[in-house]
Amino acid sequence: MANSVDFNLSPIMELELESLREDDTAQDSMCQLIRVTGTGLESGSPETLEMEVLTTEGRDRMASQMSDVRERADERRLQRSEESMQTDLLVRNRWSAATLRVLSSMPSRSVGQQSRLEIISQCNIRSTQLRRYHRQNQDVSLSSRPRIRGYGIEADSEDVCEEETKRQELVINLQSLSAGDRVRMMRATPLSLAEKTKLRKLAFSDKVGQSLLSSQVPCCSLLKRALYHVLFGCLFILSSLQLWQVALKRLGGRFGTGVLSYFLFLRTLLLFNVFLFLINSLFLVLPQAIHPPLHTPSSHRVTGLELFTGTGYLSNSLMFYGYYTNSTINTSCRPDEATAGTGCGTTSDPHMMAYNIPLAYFFTIGITFFITGIVLVYSMSKSFGRSFRVFKSQGNLAIKVFSSWDFKVSKKMSVRLQSENITTQLKELLSEVNGGEEEKGRLSGMALHLLAWSISLGSTFFCALGIHCFAKHMHLRRLEDAEGEVSLVHEARLLALPGVVSCGNLLLPGLFNLVSWMENYNSPIVRLYVSIFRNLLLKVSILGVLCYHWLGKIAAEPEQHGLQCWESFVGQELYRFLLMDFIFTVLYTVFGEYIWKLFSQGVLRRRRKPVFDIARNVLELIYGQTLTWLGVLFTPLLPAVQIIKLLLLFYMKKSSLLVNCQASRKLWRASQMSTLFISLLCFPSFLGTSVSVIYTMWTIKPSSGCGPFRNLPFMFHSGKQWAQELKSTNPKLAWLNWVHSCLVENPLFLFLMAGVFLMVIYVNTQVLDGQRKIISLLQEQMENEGKDKKFLITRLQAIHEERQRPLSPSSRPQPQGSEV
Amino acid sequence: MGTTASQLGKDLLSEYQRFSELLSKEDRNLTSVPMEKVLSLPELKSNPFRKRICHVFSTSDMKDGSLTFEDFLDLLSAFSDSATLEIKSHYAFRIFDFDDDGTLDGGDLEKLVNCLTGETEDSRLTPEEMRQLISNILEESDIDKDGTVNLSEFQHVISRSPDFVSSFKIVL
Repeated sequence: MANSVDFNLSPIMELELESLREDDTAQDSMCQLIRVTGTGLESGSPETLEMEVLTTEGRDRMASQMSDVRERADERRLQRSEESMQTDLLVRNRWSAATLRVLSSMPSRSVGQQSRLEIISQCNIRSTQLRRYHRQNQDVSLSSRPRIRGYGIEADSEDVCEEETKRQELVINLQSLSAGDRVRMMRATPLSLAEKTKLRKLAFSDKVGQSLLSSQVPCCSLLKRALYHVLFGCLFILSSLQLWQVALKRLGGRFGTGVLSYFLFLRTLLLFNVFLFLINSLFLVLPQAIHPPLHTPSSHRVTGLELFTGTGYLSNSLMFYGYYTNSTINTSCRPDEATAGTGCGTTSDPHMMAYNIPLAYFFTIGITFFITGIVLVYSMSKSFGRSFRVFKSQGNLAIKVFSSWDFKVSKKMSVRLQSENITTQLKELLSEVNGGEEEKGRLSGMALHLLAWSISLGSTFFCALGIHCFAKHMHLRRLEDAEGEVSLVHEARLLALPGVVSCGNLLLPGLFNLVSWMENYNSPIVRLYVSIFRNLLLKVSILGVLCYHWLGKIAAEPEQHGLQCWESFVGQELYRFLLMDFIFTVLYTVFGEYIWKLFSQGVLRRRRKPVFDIARNVLELIYGQTLTWLGVLFTPLLPAVQIIKLLLLFYMKKSSLLVNCQASRKLWRASQMSTLFISLLCFPSFLGTSVSVIYTMWTIKPSSGCGPFRNLPFMFHSGKQWAQELKSTNPKLAWLNWVHSCLVENPLFLFLMAGVFLMVIYVNTQVLDGQRKIISLLQEQMENEGKDKKFLITRLQAIHEERQRPLSPSSRPQPQGSEV
Repeated sequence: MGTTASQLGKDLLSEYQRFSELLSKEDRNLTSVPMEKVLSLPELKSNPFRKRICHVFSTSDMKDGSLTFEDFLDLLSAFSDSATLEIKSHYAFRIFDFDDDGTLDGGDLEKLVNCLTGETEDSRLTPEEMRQLISNILEESDIDKDGTVNLSEFQHVISRSPDFVSSFKIVL
């Protein structure tokens, strides 16, 4: 009558977990969870019990297929009333000794007190899994029905022999793995140092192992890793880790990750500009500086204003496009000849190397943009991968509680600050999670939103229109001025347009803030996104209008605007814009933040200092970077200006922050925000600038009086000419020309690339969908397993109690003694 | 400690120096440093989890939290840069398990939150908030709904957090 409890999961249900990628830690932990939960029912109970009805029921449930999971859920709902009674039993404290013994020996609970045996067994299992995965790497069978593979953790006994055999097994398993995997597996096991040394001596006893013992890794994986690092990491991450480390730590500790993300973004931009500057100066500026071109020295009065307007003696310097020659430099000239200003003539020296400046210009700018684009897209995808979770969860509280304590903090003051920060964040999160939504009047809310949007869009439109008209007016004024004599006032008028644009950039976000305060959004995240969108729209429209002006009007008819060299003019304009932007930022920081702090503390008597507006500042940074990228074609040294500006900005913002502002109390999802910033940098900013640069190079006629592309119909013709020359002089490289004509001039290639790109995205989204479905199924299954566990434990307890009751003659079962 | 010192690699010298500084005033024959001395390390002095850290890494039979040099190395290794997420989450779980029963139940979570929010009275959460917080945490992380967070569930929660590895670090 009595059946022994026998839950054998492995032949009945198996989950094909190999369809999920093995090295994803989230899914790894999910596998672990299933294993542990599933086998929790396998632990042998020291007493056998009668559970006939239960066993058959249990077996049926276990044996049902995944498609019946939903059916089971319905079944469960019927038994909910029974369960609620049972859950009361579960939280009771008066467990019997037997139940307690069972509970404490469950694998899911004994994991925390893992003996060495347990850890070794788990390591065993993992290495077996790894080995199996590598062997079965080729055929990944995507079965439609997931199955659970029960890995059967045996009940641990404290037998020393058992431990020894387990250890031997582990050593054998480790030896069968590849060397790199072995090292990684050893690293990932939480054993004590003594244990690991023992294991290492045993496992790495062969020759390959000996080399590993001296911490060398096999050369091919080292090479792979080195290549990987060099390509993407070296340029970007390694160098960025060292700069400003202490300052950033201090800021992050005091103000939190939100503000820190702004400064990290600033550092990223700095690195981009350093890269641009280095490449430009190496290939473009330096050769031209060593061999300056011949031109008539112009007499300009040296006034301080040139630094701001970029005119005067600066206009004929290395800064701007007009300086660069369109000839080929021959490097056989001696330096003293060059400085004499006579330039280098062509000699018949056979060892001379020719350096073609127009070609260098074209290729340098093109290649820097290309590399910047690749690095941006790569970092954006990495950022996305980090912040995007396949397994969506409802809230962040558990993560916050478990992982927010920074163990590096050691000063008492910082520890206290950190505690305060965590307390406020937890309180905010709690109120956000549990706060109910107030039911406002729908209609009035809609009307308010409509009003707010119309105000912001209207102000953006009028701002753009105003700038357009003002720019036209300023050009007319400039034409008039140019006919007269050059005076200081006329030069200063050049600064009017940048000043107006910067004013608009400064004031309108304030208006947007006011409008959104009036709107009173429920969720701070929505408010943030809306404000970012509005600011972005403003900047995009301003830049669009300006680009239309420069590239559409001025570049098309330079004579009408009285310009000899329109590229230099555009370069100077961008230089002026960058400078004015910086000046206005300084003014805003000094007056806006500092004086506002005095005002709010003195006059309004508010105890809290103002909060650093992260979104607005980040958009300012993106705007500045967009200007730099736009101007690099016309002003090769503009990245240097941007570098200086960013350095000064860092220190200024840091000191302003420490003096004026305080930490925000709002939750700031740092990783999602940095993803947003990088994608904003990539998509509107970089894409827009690369489109305009390509447009300039491909369709606009360069001015005939200055610059390296003087006599060419279009800028890219320099590359074309060179390719044709190459074909005639060096027939071996003729294929390059063919490649060039196929790829660059043929639009089909671009369409193909775009098609491939879209397909890759589509495939990835489908895979993601599938993974999500599997995860939700697994979650449901785990819940059900947990319910089974609860059910069995309470039945265990209930039956035990029944047996203890001395006066119940009818229902006393005969205990069968089959020991496990 | 003579035997360990003679087998010491060059890279462990600085750690050994720090460790032996703790013993300088005491009897040189002792192989393990008592807990009070370990807690006087500047890196651990203000850490609210310092006592738990000592208990977790201590292998002494008397369960008094004293650390031998090897325990000290284990501690540094677990908190170092090169420890994997698995190791860190394993030890974090043990540190947060205040009653050492292998799971994080309501009592453990309450003590954990109190450690996080600080010693002073006004920085602590009210009992109502605490109750709500604990029930929210259990709702989010307890997947098998048994009322406690076991190691696997803990590791699953941690794997979703990108900041854990960088914050679970102690540098000497």
